Amino acid sequence: MLSMTNLSKVFRTELVETHALRDFSLHVDEGEFVSVTGPSGSGKTTFLNIAGLLETYTSGDYTLDGQNVFTLNDRQRSRLRNEKIGFIFQSFNLIPDLNLYDNVDVPLRYRGMTAGDRHQRICDSLEQVGLANRMKHLPAQLSGGQQQRVAIARALAGDPRFLLADEPTGNLDSQMAASVMGLLQDINQQGTTIVMVTHDPELARQTQRNVYVKDGRVCDEAAPVQLATVNE
Amino acid sequence: MFAYYLRLATKSIRRNPYLSLLMMLAIALGIGACMTTITVNYIMSSNPIPHKSDDLYYVQLDSWDPYSPFREPNEPPDQLTWRDATNLMEAKRAHRQTAMATSGAVVEPADQDINPFMASLRLNFSDFFPMFDTPFLYGSGWGSEDDNDPAYVVVISKDVNDRVFGGENSVGRTLTVAGKPFRVVGVLDTWIVVPRFYDVTTNAFQDTADIFMPFYMKRELELPNSGNTNCWKSPEGEGFTAFLQSECINFQMWVELPSDGERAAYLDFMNSYVEQQKALGRFERPLNNRLSDVMTWLENQQVVADDAQIMLWVALLFLLVCILNTIGLLLSKFSQRSSDVALRRAIGASRSAIFAQYLTETALIGVAGGIAGLGLTLLGLEGIKLLYGDFVSNLVALDIPLVIAAILLSVLASMLAGCYPAWRATLIAPASQLKTQ
Repeated sequence: MLSMTNLSKVFRTELVETHALRDFSLHVDEGEFVSVTGPSGSGKTTFLNIAGLLETYTSGDYTLDGQNVFTLNDRQRSRLRNEKIGFIFQSFNLIPDLNLYDNVDVPLRYRGMTAGDRHQRICDSLEQVGLANRMKHLPAQLSGGQQQRVAIARALAGDPRFLLADEPTGNLDSQMAASVMGLLQDINQQGTTIVMVTHDPELARQTQRNVYVKDGRVCDEAAPVQLATVNE
Repeated sequence: MFAYYLRLATKSIRRNPYLSLLMMLAIALGIGACMTTITVNYIMSSNPIPHKSDDLYYVQLDSWDPYSPFREPNEPPDQLTWRDATNLMEAKRAHRQTAMATSGAVVEPADQDINPFMASLRLNFSDFFPMFDTPFLYGSGWGSEDDNDPAYVVVISKDVNDRVFGGENSVGRTLTVAGKPFRVVGVLDTWIVVPRFYDVTTNAFQDTADIFMPFYMKRELELPNSGNTNCWKSPEGEGFTAFLQSECINFQMWVELPSDGERAAYLDFMNSYVEQQKALGRFERPLNNRLSDVMTWLENQQVVADDAQIMLWVALLFLLVCILNTIGLLLSKFSQRSSDVALRRAIGASRSAIFAQYLTETALIGVAGGIAGLGLTLLGLEGIKLLYGDFVSNLVALDIPLVIAAILLSVLASMLAGCYPAWRATLIAPASQLKTQ
């Protein structure tokens, strides 16, 4: 599904070069639920941004669903993001003056779907996250957990094959975090590949595989239980 | 997608109503200034008689000073002498033809309760009315039989009819003009010709005359000259007759020539007439006669005043300043929306989609600015009317093409203003914004 080989990312300014990723190699199979952990500044977010085609990389190879993404232009990258990738962010990133229905509608608009198809998908995905009865509410009228559920519904509405989650429970209390994590596991069990960046070893344990990143490199790929030992 | 972008634009405008209002006002001010001057220029330069402007020709003969042209580089005089005007008229070589002059005289209403008043006179031939499609409220023009041995007949304007006869049908009634009784044969309906193409030698934006009477009444009543009178040499002798026989120019002449053949024939006739006059010792300059159709004549006479064109350029510069202001405001507005752009980019919007979304918003602001600008244009036109007086009152009107032009100009200006901020918005790096929420 996702294959990165010897990927590097260098941020250059006039004075300094920062190597955010060095020889970063990672392969994620279809249907996997992978967590990515590591200390702050280790390159987790850079990896996620490159994986989500939000940033380009300096060298190496990256194929997503069998397609080499290096040569894609902006329009092709946007289409790939829209059709194959779903994003979940720590801070939800809902548009405050759009109601839940319209927030979930955003990615579908860029896909050029008919109004009927969009309506069906929006209703289904809000139903899936348990918020179908609140689709006319604004994000500010919801709790943090509910807002994250809306963000998940938005990511699911496009029926992506690949879900990227950046600290999805970082702004939630433990009860809400558990609920969101349960939802992600349900989604994964339905066949969606998930890569989740997290600081929380407890959440990492709930995934099928954990990738530990340090200094821009993959240091260890292990099952979550083993990883916990390594981290300790 | 356009409907979706419009919806987003409406929401965005509602989200920042004051900033949006400020942008709309900036555009409206620029459009108001521009459209005011464009309207004045447009009406000044519009075709006043489009259906026959190619058939009507103004006649010029170069009877001027042999040693210097009437106007550089080699323009013939813009009016005729009495002698030439009457000679050409008597030759009757055009389909229709009229020589003209202006004058003024006192009108003495029969009703003692109405004070005598000074009226502007236009002296013309009977063809004047069908040539220029004058609209009649009552009656008609006089017949050609009343031209040469001038009958005491007049056509009066609607204003004079209202003033003297209370707006009733006055055809057949008597009106005393310059101390002589005239029979009213026709009453003109409101006749607004902008510019007043048939006589631009004084002011192309004056109203039509109060009273029209046969041309030869000039000689019959020795009516005073009005308008521009130019002489390259002094009349030989004194008095009215000496003036009529002089080389002074004070008379205009139009001919109607519906075909190219007639036009060529008439020009030949003018040239042969000048050759005859040369034989008599007149017309010492090289042959330089002109037949100009309506639009050529208006252009030749520079009816669109230079200051109106300068005003137009100043207004366009003002619009440019307003656009620059709007660019600044849009940059500020769009920079507050970087998270929105980042999110949309992340979930599938291409750069062009973001550009289109923001440009739609600026176009919507432009439409609102255009509508407000139309209001300011009307105010501006009223201001010009107050400033310059009644003679420009015929200019202060917006027609449908101008309203459409105002909206289009406004949308164009706002989109022009929106291009750079919208392009800047597309450059926002989504990754950096999404993490910092």
